[in-house]
Amino acid sequence: MSEFLTLVRRDLTLAVREGGAIGTALGFFLLVVSMMPLGLGPDLKLLSRIAPGILWIAMLLAALLSLGRIFESDHDDGALEAMVSAPLPLELVAAAKAMAHWLTTGIPLALLAPVLGILLNLDVAVYPALVATMLAGTPAVSFLGSIGAALTLRARKGGLLLALVVLPLYIPTLIFGISAVSAVTMSGGLQSGAFESSFLILIAISLASIVIGPIAAAAALRIQMQ
Amino acid sequence: MISPLQLAAENLVIERGGRVIVSGLSFAVQSGDALILTGANGAGKTTLLRAIAGFLPMAGGALRVEQGDANKLLAEQAHAIGHANAVKSNLTVGENIMFWSRFLIGEAGARERTDAALEAFALADLEDVPSSYLSAGQKRRVGLARLLAAPRPIWLLDEPTVSLDAASTARLAKVVNAHTSTGGIVIAATHLPLGLERTRELRLERAIKNAGDMPRE
Repeated sequence: MSEFLTLVRRDLTLAVREGGAIGTALGFFLLVVSMMPLGLGPDLKLLSRIAPGILWIAMLLAALLSLGRIFESDHDDGALEAMVSAPLPLELVAAAKAMAHWLTTGIPLALLAPVLGILLNLDVAVYPALVATMLAGTPAVSFLGSIGAALTLRARKGGLLLALVVLPLYIPTLIFGISAVSAVTMSGGLQSGAFESSFLILIAISLASIVIGPIAAAAALRIQMQ
Repeated sequence: MISPLQLAAENLVIERGGRVIVSGLSFAVQSGDALILTGANGAGKTTLLRAIAGFLPMAGGALRVEQGDANKLLAEQAHAIGHANAVKSNLTVGENIMFWSRFLIGEAGARERTDAALEAFALADLEDVPSSYLSAGQKRRVGLARLLAAPRPIWLLDEPTVSLDAASTARLAKVVNAHTSTGGIVIAATHLPLGLERTRELRLERAIKNAGDMPRE
């Protein structure tokens, strides 16, 4: 277990020192969301109605941008090969790296979402639900994304391919994330049963991704290593 | 001392992309031996090392570790140092070596192992320098320091002397000799004489044919 934490800690240190990767994802999120009112016009009612959808989709795209770096630099400099020979199973190596991605990208994006909600005239009462769904949904984004990152590791200019592989996997997360937030916008409170059921399914998707993602990513990495 | 072990290969056949790179190769290396792989470019030195390290599947033959730690796979008993150094430019020299020491062995004694590795490759002065400022030869030494930061009995070295100067090459030879004299195994692919003791040479010949020509088991 200490090896797992060592790896997570190293990846966090690298993400903080590189800085750019987190900043790029947050900046992209900010730009996409702030362009929406410009494109759709100043209809406040319309904006507040579609705000959860815009925030969720922009968040997924911003996270997608940063998926490539989960394995890329370790593959390029040979560190991944050395990690394969470690006592820590490759599945846990993949899990540690996906977790570091969640901590450095998923959480900052989820925390930025309410700030961007202001730009879209999102009702303040919805903020707790928005942040909660994003925090619950982003683990699925990182762990499912690690599968795509592992599969496209050796593809040249794999960025677009990565999007094609990963985005369909995000559909369940997106559906239940939005439906949980919409339940709050419609009924106006966290107490409603509709929020709870969607939120629980969202958590279930994330938990399943945390199990499936590393296993699939490790299998893909073993093939890429040859 | 490293507990005695033997690495034996029988009739190895290794393919890459449908081509046979190594065919019918047999050798055995005992504790204390250094096996030097030589051969022209493309003779299969890197391929053989990667196959021993477990990155490439064997198309035929068998590779066994005898008498070693039975609970560990061959890959976990071996260090494979290839062309890439696995050095992160955003970590300092000390952090890079310390990470491998912790990650491959564990927290206990990581500091001592790191210090020993820094000492052996003359990196002690550079410990706090970010790796992005290092020269190619210095980066290579940081990469090689993993050998000592996480002790393992079998070392698989692919062109270990690339970008090393004469003094560093001598240091590497000293480290390798110390490893074999305590019962370790070294298999190195190299074009240059390293000045090692107890060496044997295995010359690889180019064996590229279509996979279809080979009798399959």
